[in-house]
Amino acid sequence: MAERPRSFQEILLTLQTYWAGQGCAVLQPYDMEVGAGTFHPSTTLRSLGLRDWAVAYVQPSRRPTDGRYGENPNRLQHYYQFQVLMKPSPPDFQHLYLGSLQAIGIDMDLHDIRFVEDDWESPTLGAWGLGWEVWCDGMEVSQFTYFQQVGGHDCKPVSGELTYGLERLAMYVLGVDHVMDMPFNNPQSPRALSYGDVFRQTEQEYSRWNFDLADTDILLQHFVDAETECARILDAPADDPKTGKRIIMVHPAYDQCIKASHVFNLLDARGVISVTERQAYIGRVRALAKMCADAFVQTEAGGAGAAA
Amino acid sequence: MPDLLIELFSEEIPARMQAKASDDLRRLVTDGLVEAGLTYASAAAFATPRRLALTVEGLLAQSPAVQEERKGPRTDAPEKAVEGFLRSAGLTADQLERRADKKGEVFFAVINRPGRDAAEIVAEVLAEVIRKFPWPKSMRWGTGSLRWVRPLQSVLCILSDDGGHAVVPMEVEGFVAGDTTEGHRFMVPGRFAVTGFEDYAAKLKRAFVVLDPAERAEAIWHDATQLAFAQGLELVKDKGLLHEVAGLVEWPVVLMGEINKDFLGLPAEVLQTSMKEHQKFFSVRDPKSGQIVRFVTVANRETADNGATILAGNQKVLSARLADAKFFWQNDLRVAAEAKMEPWLDSLANVTFHNKLGSEKERIDRITALSREIAPIVGADADLAEQAARVAKADLASEMVYEFPELQGVMGRYYSDAAGLPSEVALACAEHRSPLGPSDEVPTAPTSVAVALADKIDTLTGFWTIGEKPTGSKDPFALRRAALGVIRLVLSNDQRLSLLDLVAKGLAGDDDLGISRDLLSFFHDRLKVYLRDDGIRHDVIDACLAMPGSDDLTLLAMRARAVASFLQTDDGKNLVQGFKRANNILRQAEEADGVAYEYGPDRKFAEDPAEIALFDALDLADGAISSAIEAEDFASAMGIMASLRQPIDAFFEAVQVNAENAVVRRNRLNLLHRIRTVCTQVADIGQLEG
Repeated sequence: MAERPRSFQEILLTLQTYWAGQGCAVLQPYDMEVGAGTFHPSTTLRSLGLRDWAVAYVQPSRRPTDGRYGENPNRLQHYYQFQVLMKPSPPDFQHLYLGSLQAIGIDMDLHDIRFVEDDWESPTLGAWGLGWEVWCDGMEVSQFTYFQQVGGHDCKPVSGELTYGLERLAMYVLGVDHVMDMPFNNPQSPRALSYGDVFRQTEQEYSRWNFDLADTDILLQHFVDAETECARILDAPADDPKTGKRIIMVHPAYDQCIKASHVFNLLDARGVISVTERQAYIGRVRALAKMCADAFVQTEAGGAGAAA
Repeated sequence: MPDLLIELFSEEIPARMQAKASDDLRRLVTDGLVEAGLTYASAAAFATPRRLALTVEGLLAQSPAVQEERKGPRTDAPEKAVEGFLRSAGLTADQLERRADKKGEVFFAVINRPGRDAAEIVAEVLAEVIRKFPWPKSMRWGTGSLRWVRPLQSVLCILSDDGGHAVVPMEVEGFVAGDTTEGHRFMVPGRFAVTGFEDYAAKLKRAFVVLDPAERAEAIWHDATQLAFAQGLELVKDKGLLHEVAGLVEWPVVLMGEINKDFLGLPAEVLQTSMKEHQKFFSVRDPKSGQIVRFVTVANRETADNGATILAGNQKVLSARLADAKFFWQNDLRVAAEAKMEPWLDSLANVTFHNKLGSEKERIDRITALSREIAPIVGADADLAEQAARVAKADLASEMVYEFPELQGVMGRYYSDAAGLPSEVALACAEHRSPLGPSDEVPTAPTSVAVALADKIDTLTGFWTIGEKPTGSKDPFALRRAALGVIRLVLSNDQRLSLLDLVAKGLAGDDDLGISRDLLSFFHDRLKVYLRDDGIRHDVIDACLAMPGSDDLTLLAMRARAVASFLQTDDGKNLVQGFKRANNILRQAEEADGVAYEYGPDRKFAEDPAEIALFDALDLADGAISSAIEAEDFASAMGIMASLRQPIDAFFEAVQVNAENAVVRRNRLNLLHRIRTVCTQVADIGQLEG
């Protein structure tokens, strides 16, 4: 068994190494604000179409409503997800997953690992899948999903998706009770940093901004802008007059979908979206996601022309 | 006679689906076998989180050979007809027999179907069952197109007899049946072969898998109660949770842990709900204090440290969860105590109840006004009822109820107490949505009854007004449940009230659409369903519905019960026959003569002693029945009515109603009319069936 990790980053590095060893391309985080690792185009878009795919990456994720000014032991408005997507889902995916837990120092002989039904659905992405939340001694350590639909399209072949909530998992493995006390780097190093050293202040700043200061008029405008731009990009003719090539601009359009989704989350945190409006906003983001998915399957990466 | 063993091994099957899935497997496979001619002695199915298993014992080794005879066309029929017959029988012309028939000579096809081997049939049936298995939700995985609840990993299918066992040659979507399986995922990894069901179950147990879910549940319950008992504590019963947990483990190991004392001040319901919903823990109560002081968790394995690591982990998770719950509780108490729940009521203005029926706040306003009106009718204080209705739904906006919707009402009671409101109000908060199910307890406190009635009447009149009535099996707003709630509230509390009046109050005078009549008949339909469980037939209720005051459900039920028990007696049954006879003769005469015989018979025209006796009996009964009915003693009224059976029967025995003498005839018809009048004072017994 592997040596027990001592810091947050060690767990993260171990996971990357482990999944690299399983044949995944280790990507870097997507450079936009997203609510979860699933929003990364490497998951959303690449789970569509026929082409094989295998990636692992860390994704910083933002959930403005979860901000607690850095005071709650495990709630953060900014946190890390570790995401694995393999298409088609390998037959021993569960086994591979359990191997990753072993790699970060969870001793299967002492712990109780359970796969508890949890069907995943993302109304904003028009996506759903079946799977489990994985429990370790009663704590949810990962989400395990077989994608069935994304953006309204059937996933064929089916992707297997793993999402680890890194802070919570690391706290458990490291035996830390408050996230801010968790060693970020090697605690023996001359410049030992805790998670709090890195993020306590930003949690406070963002919590205040998210809840009280974000300009809702500007945000509402951003939402509309992103929505408009997304549609405009996809409305452009596929054939680029300048290069004479066929270029469907799915990813730039999808960026606007991500933007709209995040702006919606910010508006939600500001409490300006009523229950009835909520559904309407979610529907609008879903419409963008669906347009992007429709466009993606027309592209080479989306497997267009590969079927025949 | 061979035995069959099937195991469908997969990734973790949701606990809630296992029982039905194993049952479906047994039913579909055995039905398929029987249909193909393979009968069997017994069958049993089991489920664990990772497998469905079926054992079928005493199966026929071969389906019996079948000879089928089919009659065809006459031998001189056109060639086309004969060809068609040959095609359908799958024979050639020389294989047909000619037999004499009434109409001449006809062709007969004698088709011999040889028996088939069990293995061949099993393979066909199982492949079909796997492809079409009725999972409530299924999925694809990898590159395959087979659907299963979660990825299927292997199929075991063997037939065994005294001579040994053999794998059934079968393949479905790339899965080839074998004779191997796996034990516990972590405790004994690796596959092993089995020879039959006994061997299978025994080897599984050695590999730390208890196959039978009932055995797992029993073990969990036994160990958990013992653990609690040893500490002088008691396990809180929860059958649903027990079955769910039994579906999450193959090798149950029960562990009991302490709840951090920081959280013992939380309401017992909060502790219980949080532990159950989030962690699937059982609650352990101190019988002396009634407090929840421990939890029981069920692990899926044994460990070298006897579960110490697992328990510590669970305890930690629980503390984090309860820290959240405590945070909600304290915030909520502050709002309740300091602001009397007002901020919640304000925020409910932004929560839509239904887009055509307005916000929760508007709904509360309606229910509040209605509660005030209903209060005096049910003997409640109008001010108290109004106060209770105003805050009864306030907890909808509390943090605790947001987190645990099932605690609505329970929390309302605590918060009402915290706000210093009267105890009647607190109780009404807890009870105003009751009764929710058919076996749910019915509130009895007058304030609670007033608000509970107002809550349901508002729902019913509201959805009726916007045209959202239940149709067929669709009842998305649980309106049948609401109507049943009203019925049970009225009946259990012996409330005497006019439902039409209540509905009119709910509609606030706006009844252009005949909603109240329509709703009343909806209530009557629900009442029929409700009273059916008490053995009261629908025609009994129909007979009572014809009487005045049918919107007084208590009165209606009293009538119905009296009629129903009357029908249990011989006199009762026969009286109904006599009544119908009288009524039929009378009706025919009325139709034929175009007159109503309702002037009252005159004793002086009575000729036969039986006729006179009937006069006497009716005179005697009439007054007695009237005064019994006056006293709403319907049982006595029906008892007296039963005494008319003998004189009525005797009358018909002795007397011809349609006498030749017109005066005598008219008098007798008027006498029949009197029977009709006297006998329909409690119910229109003519509507009774049989």
